[in-house]
Amino acid sequence: MISYIVLFPLIGAIINGLLFATPLKKIIFGNNTESWEKKAVGFIGCFAVLLSAIVSTILFFRLLGLAPADRLFIQDVYTWIPSGELDVKFSFLFDSLAAVMSLVITWVGFLIHVYSVGYMKHDKSYARYFTYLNLFVFFMMILVLGDNFAMMFVGWEGVGLASYLLIGFWFEDNEKAYAGRKAFIVNRIGDFGFILAIFLIFMVFGTLNYQEVFGKLADANFVQSISMASITAIALLLFVGAVGKSAQFPLFVWLPDAMAGPTAVSALIHAATMVTAGVYLGARCNLIFTMSPTAQFVVLVVAAFTAFFAAAIAITQNDIKKVLAYSTVSQLGYMFMAIGVGAYAVAIFHVVTHAFFKALLFLGSGSVIHSLSGEQDIRNMGGLRKYIPLTALTFLVGTLAIAGVPLLSGFFSKDSILAIVYDEGYTVFWLIGLITAGLTAFYMMRLYFLTFEGKSRMAPKVESHVHESPMSMTIPLVILAFLSVLGGYLGFPEFMGDTIGIDDSNLIERFLQSSIYQHEFKILEHRFLGHWTLALLSIVAAGLGILTAFYIYMVRPSVLNSLAKSPALNTLYGWSYAKFYVDELYNTLIVKPFNHFSSQLSTFDRYGIDGLVNGVSSLVVNTGRRVVSTQNGLLRYYATAMAVGAVVIILIVFI
Amino acid sequence: MEVTLNHYIVLSVILFVIGTYGVLTRRNLIVVLMSLELMLNSCNLAFISFAYFLGDLTGQIFMIMAITVAAAEVAVGLAFVVLIYNHNNSLDIDILKLLRG
Repeated sequence: MISYIVLFPLIGAIINGLLFATPLKKIIFGNNTESWEKKAVGFIGCFAVLLSAIVSTILFFRLLGLAPADRLFIQDVYTWIPSGELDVKFSFLFDSLAAVMSLVITWVGFLIHVYSVGYMKHDKSYARYFTYLNLFVFFMMILVLGDNFAMMFVGWEGVGLASYLLIGFWFEDNEKAYAGRKAFIVNRIGDFGFILAIFLIFMVFGTLNYQEVFGKLADANFVQSISMASITAIALLLFVGAVGKSAQFPLFVWLPDAMAGPTAVSALIHAATMVTAGVYLGARCNLIFTMSPTAQFVVLVVAAFTAFFAAAIAITQNDIKKVLAYSTVSQLGYMFMAIGVGAYAVAIFHVVTHAFFKALLFLGSGSVIHSLSGEQDIRNMGGLRKYIPLTALTFLVGTLAIAGVPLLSGFFSKDSILAIVYDEGYTVFWLIGLITAGLTAFYMMRLYFLTFEGKSRMAPKVESHVHESPMSMTIPLVILAFLSVLGGYLGFPEFMGDTIGIDDSNLIERFLQSSIYQHEFKILEHRFLGHWTLALLSIVAAGLGILTAFYIYMVRPSVLNSLAKSPALNTLYGWSYAKFYVDELYNTLIVKPFNHFSSQLSTFDRYGIDGLVNGVSSLVVNTGRRVVSTQNGLLRYYATAMAVGAVVIILIVFI
Repeated sequence: MEVTLNHYIVLSVILFVIGTYGVLTRRNLIVVLMSLELMLNSCNLAFISFAYFLGDLTGQIFMIMAITVAAAEVAVGLAFVVLIYNHNNSLDIDILKLLRG
């Protein structure tokens, strides 16, 4: 039954891709398909994902019905690579981790499909869009549901492909096509690490199957027989893969550029699901990371730095989608911080809540862009709440959720991560996380205020056309807004639950427990009773961020001018605005030398290799030109030549 | 004077060389064909001479085969000649150089 989750989006992609995105539709339906074609395409696309969402839900409830230790479904489809020692099966694994991921991906994916029906209505490549979107869901489900590293790699590469196709969806625009290529190439660097990790896993464990690998790792005798360095190497290489896919420093540069794709794509792929594949990888391989404190520490350092760094860039960006993109990078940093301290379930919890509020924010920004006919610069917005109240309200919910306002989802998940980081004794990283939380609150509120509040800075022509988005777009927004508010209660912390007398706390962590091989399960337990203080500090940080943004952008905008007079702040602003010159650094260090090297090689190719080939061909041509005169078509010449030849042969033979 | 095998062979060679000369120098297609026949028949002469002097019938049979084939060849060749004449209004073989490289 698990395979149906994967199968439906594939069928949707095949129908839309082979039938509606190609000239085949004209052959079958004739030319008059305008009236119903888009409806059919949208219906097929949404329905395919809805079906797999329903199957995931059914499986999830079946899983819930089992005892925690038995929560595992495996479906063998066929043996994919039988090759000596390497025996890879094409089979699916549905455990609690896969269940959570697939529920989030299919349901949030379904909402975004529905949203796309409205958002892409005017696009000429409607069928191609839904083909890619379904293809993405297909590969993502392979990634999440595969029961070995080879299948995860297939999904991993597949989502990379879908992401490339969708970022460069409007490929007539050279810049967008370039963004697609950039995403793909940067991802390849991470994939390289991932594939090395897979090789190493096969070398060390002799298998790629999750259960066999982790089973061996849990076996003390086996662990003694292998070197810990190889485990650390595997963990670090896996993390390189995750860094590429999940846009961590230093490979985060592709994600902000990925905003060139349609906004619904940014919501689905570059915020809610695909970028969390790295976190899923970390949670899936939790035992490997747990056994290597070195790797964990590297993860923690990179993650904390990324979280802060991206937040520092997000503060000054003026493109509504860029702000959200950097905030995604920053939030992914939080998730990896959780991986780094071994709180895998909490990382997945943040994946879930982040999927809700970030999808909401992106779809909201899409609604804004849609209603402003393509405007993305927040300097040309303002006062939009009057025109598009529903979008404004839902966007505010998302903003407050990500800012960490108490009782909304982001608060619980982010706070759990910070609390565990503190509890593990990494006070410095906790402090970085706390500052980042304050920055997050600040830049998200800045985004909200500049977009929806204050005076309108729109061009009059644009302002007259502003309209609320159609129902197919607003309904997903409302649903996601509810999820953003309530999603946090999946992981309602125990120390709070104890205080107010609720027993069912930490639901999601408890559910995920069966997928996480750990001697000591890190969950907000009794020792967190003292962490009311930490929670309060988080609230204070978020509150400070929100209030500062409110003061600067709503109460007294003149503060900005006085701040701009300080040269130090100006320099900082310039650095942040220029994204700390990371792109420029890569251009100078890698892209330009590489292009130079390539042009050298191309010279060699043109004059060296091509010269050789052309030389041979011109030799043949010239020789031919010279001897062509002997073939003059005159019969008597040929006869003479034959006679002379015969005489010569006779002479040679007889003399 | 007794006629020996050598006489026949010399005659055959003389006929063959005359034929070759004709093929190489003449421009009229019919004359070329006739020269070709001459070369063929010089060979036939050599065949029967050997057959006669060696007392072996193989040469004679071979000669009959060659004449049969030559008859067919002439029939086809003359048909070509007629067609070429209709087409070009001339039998100059130097006109026939469409296969020039």
